[in-house]
Amino acid sequence: MIGESASKRPNGLRPGAKAPPFALPGVDGEIHSLPAPGDAAATVIVFTCNHCPYALAWHDRVATAARDYADRNVRFFAINANDATRYPADSFEAMRERAAGDSWPMPYLHDADQRVARAYDAQTTPDLYVFDRDLNLVYSGAPDADFDDLSQNAAWLRDALDATLAGAAPDRPETGPVGCSIKWRE
Amino acid sequence: MIEFFFWRDCPSYERALALLRAAMSECGVDESELRVSEVVSDEDAQRMMFPGSPTIRVDGADVQDPGDQPVGLTCRLYRKRDGRHSPLPDEADIRDALTRAYGG
Repeated sequence: MIGESASKRPNGLRPGAKAPPFALPGVDGEIHSLPAPGDAAATVIVFTCNHCPYALAWHDRVATAARDYADRNVRFFAINANDATRYPADSFEAMRERAAGDSWPMPYLHDADQRVARAYDAQTTPDLYVFDRDLNLVYSGAPDADFDDLSQNAAWLRDALDATLAGAAPDRPETGPVGCSIKWRE
Repeated sequence: MIEFFFWRDCPSYERALALLRAAMSECGVDESELRVSEVVSDEDAQRMMFPGSPTIRVDGADVQDPGDQPVGLTCRLYRKRDGRHSPLPDEADIRDALTRAYGG
């Protein structure tokens, strides 16, 4: 089991912080941006990638949550910021290939210059951020307590969404992100 | 001999080492058979043909064929026997490797 921890983002977004804006290309050929405040009941940003076993282990649970909450006007965005020069499996072309062979319930976006990952202080893949209707941060961290236990079912993510959709603050606003480090450009 | 190679940046190594030790105990393999090595540089990774952390070799054979995973300082991708991706090897793969080498 992965324990909760003290803040892992001493220089990053704190609960209540506004979502940094972005406009990033998706594997669908479109440019995607944050919804305007009030347009979505909640917004989830997940930094992820193609090659990391932690991101892959949690992917289906996060994707299932995206499907489960879609009819409650929750928007999910997946962002890959890894340096594809050192990790070719994370190139935009490889992202396209992966998404084409799978059913992705969220846009898969490429942060080639890593500005968005830096603005969010993303640390690992995966690393999740949940924002409320007004794009205030209500949760950041891991999807749930154990990458290797399917029954966890992205419980921390779902708890945050359920609280936010009910107009309440999540009991657990932050957990330590767990996974492969973001592969920053050298 | 059992070799456990890890890169500290991948958080699953302690859990993988615990899985290995549990399997060794189950298979009656003495702790003295275990060598734990930290991989700290790309040069080390290349020299050790390290396909990612953690990697477990029993008498030189990997507990799961790394296939075409590139050698380097990275987190290793495993396939569980039920098809899931994981940063951890399947416990059954560890036990089978130990049984092949040490009987049981």
